[in-house]
Amino acid sequence: MAILTKDQAYDILKKLVSYSTADHCSVSLGGNNSGNIRYARNTVSTAGMESNISLAVTAAYGKRTGTATTNELDEKSLRAVVKRAEELAKLSPENPEYMEPLGPRDFAPSNTYFDNVANIVPKYRASETKKSIEYIKKKGLVGAGFLEDGAGFSAIMNSKGLFAYERSTSLDFTLTVRTKDGTGSGWVSRDVNNLKYFDIMEATETAVTKAAMSANAKAIEPGKYTVVLEPSAVSGLVGNMFYSMGARSADEGRSFLSKEGGGTKLGEKIVDERITIYSDPMNEIVPGSTWSGDGQPIEKRTWVDKGVVKNLFYGRYWAQKQGKQPVPFPSNGIMMGGTESVNDLIKSTERGILVTRFWYIRSVDPQTLLYTGLTRDGTFFIENGEIKYPIKNMRFNESPIIMLNNLEKLGKPMRTGGNLIPPMKIRDFTFTSLSDAI
Amino acid sequence: MKNHLQRRKFIKLSGLGLAAMAVPVSAFSHSVPLDAMPAEFDAMINKRLADVALNVATREGASYADVRIGRYRNQYVFTREDRVQNLVNTESYGAGIRVIANGTWGFAATNEVTEEGIMKATKQAVMIAKANSTLQEEPVKLVPVKGYGDVEWKTPIENNAFDVPVKEKVDLLLSANAAAMENGATYVNSALFQVNEKKYFASTEGSYINQDVHRIWPTFTVTCIDPKKGKFKSRQALSAPMGMGYEYMIPKKADKIAGPSGTGLTLYKNSYDIKEDAVNAAKQAKEMLTAKSVTPGKYTMVLEPNHLGLTIHESVGHPLELDRVLGYEANYAGTSFATLDKWETKKFNYGSKIVNLVADKTQKHSLGAVGYDDEGVATKRWHLVKDGILVNYQAIRDQAKIINESESHGCCYADSWSSVQFQRMPNVSLEAGKEKYSVEDMIKDVDKGIYIAGRGSYSIDQQRYNFQFGGTVFYEIKNGKIEGMLNDVAYQSNTQEFWNSCTKICDQSDYRLFGSFFDGKGQPSQISAVSHGSSTTRFDDVNVINTARKI
Repeated sequence: MAILTKDQAYDILKKLVSYSTADHCSVSLGGNNSGNIRYARNTVSTAGMESNISLAVTAAYGKRTGTATTNELDEKSLRAVVKRAEELAKLSPENPEYMEPLGPRDFAPSNTYFDNVANIVPKYRASETKKSIEYIKKKGLVGAGFLEDGAGFSAIMNSKGLFAYERSTSLDFTLTVRTKDGTGSGWVSRDVNNLKYFDIMEATETAVTKAAMSANAKAIEPGKYTVVLEPSAVSGLVGNMFYSMGARSADEGRSFLSKEGGGTKLGEKIVDERITIYSDPMNEIVPGSTWSGDGQPIEKRTWVDKGVVKNLFYGRYWAQKQGKQPVPFPSNGIMMGGTESVNDLIKSTERGILVTRFWYIRSVDPQTLLYTGLTRDGTFFIENGEIKYPIKNMRFNESPIIMLNNLEKLGKPMRTGGNLIPPMKIRDFTFTSLSDAI
Repeated sequence: MKNHLQRRKFIKLSGLGLAAMAVPVSAFSHSVPLDAMPAEFDAMINKRLADVALNVATREGASYADVRIGRYRNQYVFTREDRVQNLVNTESYGAGIRVIANGTWGFAATNEVTEEGIMKATKQAVMIAKANSTLQEEPVKLVPVKGYGDVEWKTPIENNAFDVPVKEKVDLLLSANAAAMENGATYVNSALFQVNEKKYFASTEGSYINQDVHRIWPTFTVTCIDPKKGKFKSRQALSAPMGMGYEYMIPKKADKIAGPSGTGLTLYKNSYDIKEDAVNAAKQAKEMLTAKSVTPGKYTMVLEPNHLGLTIHESVGHPLELDRVLGYEANYAGTSFATLDKWETKKFNYGSKIVNLVADKTQKHSLGAVGYDDEGVATKRWHLVKDGILVNYQAIRDQAKIINESESHGCCYADSWSSVQFQRMPNVSLEAGKEKYSVEDMIKDVDKGIYIAGRGSYSIDQQRYNFQFGGTVFYEIKNGKIEGMLNDVAYQSNTQEFWNSCTKICDQSDYRLFGSFFDGKGQPSQISAVSHGSSTTRFDDVNVINTARKI
C-alpha cells in the first residue's frame, strides 16, 4: 500500500493541487515499506516491518507560505492538509526569500530501484541472519548486527505543472563482532540498492577477522601519526567537509570557505591536488536521485577538482540574489582514488596506524572544520609494511582540510554510506588522548 | 547521544521546509494541526481497535501483546533576522503492535488505523516473531506488571502551545532577532518547536492507558563576524527544551538566575526570556571575537547546569542503560564500562562521596515525565549512584530480572507508533548539595579555573570512558574572581576519574533542568527527549586543551 505507482501518485497529487486556492501550491508525497532484523549476543533481539506514507503541502499567497504534513490519504485528510497549509500561509508574514515553484520539465530516470530488494520477505532476513550468527558462533565470537531493507517512492507536483516520480530500494547491513572476554571488537558496514552487490558472509568474515585480530590491544602514546584510513573512516571526516560546502554561509563570512577581508575560496586550491570530488546520480555502484525536492535536476557535477573548489551549493534564492545559477545538493558523493587496496597502502607504510572507522565525530570549530572523535572496532599498529599488533583506541582532534593537505596516497574507492570513497594514507594525523573503550 | 543522522535530517527540514524533502519524513518530523481541528483520538474508539489487536494476537498464538495507537503533532516556526522562513505543522497517525510468540518478540506498524489494518499488522507481528523464534536462544521473560484498567495522564501544562496564535509566536521570535541585531549580531536564526504526543496503550496485562504529552523548545544561534580577520563566532541560546506548555515562553522574575559576577550572564529555570537572552548572546558573540585563547593545562572546572546536563547525559545516563551493559547495543551506540561485576561489588566508586545521581520519570517540567511508559508500567524515581557508589541501572520488563529487580523501572519508550519500544534513558539528574553554597561562594574558592555555561561540542567513546566537551561560553577564574572570557576551550577526561574529582555542588536554589530533544539510540535509530537536572558543580584537576587551528 505504501508504494504507489506513478499513476496513483499523480492522481493524488493532482487532486491536492486542485483543492488549493492559493497563488501557488507545491506537494510532495513519499512512502515506503521496510523490514529489519536486529541481533545481539548471537541471537535475534528485535525484528519488524513498517509501512508508511508522508505527504507535505506548501501553500503560498504572494510571499506568504505555510507547510502542513499528514500521513493520512482519505478524502477528508487530503482536504484538511491543504486547508491547514493555506491557513498557515495566511498567518505568516511575507518571506522575502520565497521563490515561486519551478515549471514542468523532464528528469532523467534514476537507477535506484531493484526488485530483488523490494521483494525481500521476513524469512530471507531470518535465514541470512542465521548464517551470519552460526559462522560467528563457530569462531567462538559474539555478534551484534542489523539488517534493514526497504522500497519506497517519492513524487512531487506543483501548481505550475511540474511533476516528478521515482522509486528506490536500499539494503543496509552493519555488524559488530566481539571476543567473548570483550577485549577485541571488529566491525563492518555494507549498503546497496541492488541485492547482487550484497553478500552477508563476505561482510561477516571481515568483522570476524577484525575482532579476532584486535584482542588484547596495547596502548601507545597519543601524538601525530601516519594513518591508513579505511573508506568508512575517511567518509566520516570528508563527509562533514562536503556537507559544509554551502555558498550562502561562505558568502556570509561564516564558513571554512570564507576568506579574510570577505569573499570565498571558490576557485582556490584548498587541499592536495590529487583530491577530486564529484557527484553523479547515474553511477552504477552508488545510484542517486535525479531531481531535488524543489524540482531541480540533479546532474553530474564536480565539487573539488585537483584540490580546487569548483562548485558550492546555491539555494534558489541565494543564487538569484548573487546572480548565479542555483546548484542543488547532490544525491551522492564520489571521491576519485587510485588502484591500491588497503593492504597495498599498509605495505608501503613504514610506521603508522590502520583505522577501521571513527566514532562520535563532532564539530569543535566550524571556522577551521576541526572535528573530534575516536577510533573504534579495529585499530592496529603498522611497522615495516605489516600489521604488528592491535592498539587501544584514541581520540583525535583533526580538520579534514589539514588531513587532505597531508595526503600521502589514495587507494581504490569503495561504496560506504551511499558514497564512493577511497581508503587513504595521511601523515601527521593528530591523536590527543587514549581511550580504554573496546 | 548518538544523534548525528537524525539531526542532519532535522536540519534539512528546518532549512528548506518539508515540501523540499523528497525523502519520507522521519519520526520527529511526523506532524500537527494548529487550528485544533478535532483530530480523531477518541479513547472509546481506540479501545475497540486495541482489543482487535490483542484478540487477534492471542488467537494467532501470541503469549503477550501490546498495541500503541499514536497521534503525533508538531509545530515548528523558523525565522532568521527579520523574516519567517517557514511555518510547519505536522501530523502523523498510526498503530504499532508488539507481540511475543514462541518466546520471541515480533513487531509491525501500520498507518491504516482500522480494524482491518490493525488485524493485518498484528498477524504480521506474530508471523515475524515465529519466523525469528528458530534463532532464539533463550525465551523472552517479562517481570510482572499490574493491569491498571482504564487510566489517563497528561503533562501538567498551563497554556497549550498549540492554542497560542501563530502570530504571537512569530512576533516573539522576530522581536528576539531584532534585539540581537540591535546589539551587534551579524546574523541570527531562531526557532520554536512544539510537540504533542497523544498515545493510547493497551496490553494483554489488562491496561488501557490514554496519555497526552507536551514539550516545547525555543532556541537560536547568534553569529558575529569580523570580516577583516575572516573570523566568526556563534553563541547559542541558553534555553532548555522542557516538558511544558507556552508558559515557558513567558518570562518570570523568579526563574532568572544571575551568572557569576563578572560574566554578565543571565540563566533560566522554568521560564525563559528569549529577548533578553538574544541581547546577551549578541554582546557575548562579539566579545568572543577578541577573547583570549585558553592556555592548555589542568584547571578547576565550574560547570553550570545547562552545560553539566549534557555531561551527565553522556557519562552517566548512557553507560547505565542495561541493554548497553548487556551488549544489545554493541553494534551501534556501543557497550558500557559500568559492567555488572562492578555493580555487584557494591563498592564501585562511580564518583566522589557527594555524588548522588537519580533517575526519575516523574519530575515535573522534565522532558521524560509521563504517567506510564510505553509498555504500560507506572513511572517512578530511583537512585543510580548513591553516595558515589554505583547502585542500579535502567531496566524494562524483559531486563529487570537480570539485576534482581522484581519490577520494571518504567523507562520504555518508542519515538513513534511506527517504531518498536525499548529501554530509553529516563531523566537522570545530579542531586543538589545539602549545605547552603552559592555559585559566588564556589567561584570565590577557586584559584585557577574555568567557568563554563551552556552546551557545546561533545564526544565520548562507545564504552563511555573518554570524553571531550566544549561549551557555549567560557570564563577564566583567577584567585576567586572571574577574570574574563576565554576561547578555544575543551576538556578531556575519563568518566570515573571525572566524577571522582567532583568536590563541591551548589545548593537546591541553583538547581535547574537541561534537556535534549535528540537522544539517539537503537537500530533503526530512534530519538527520545530527556532532561537532566543539576546545580553548578566543581571538578578539580581537569585536563583542558586548546582547540584553535589554522587551515
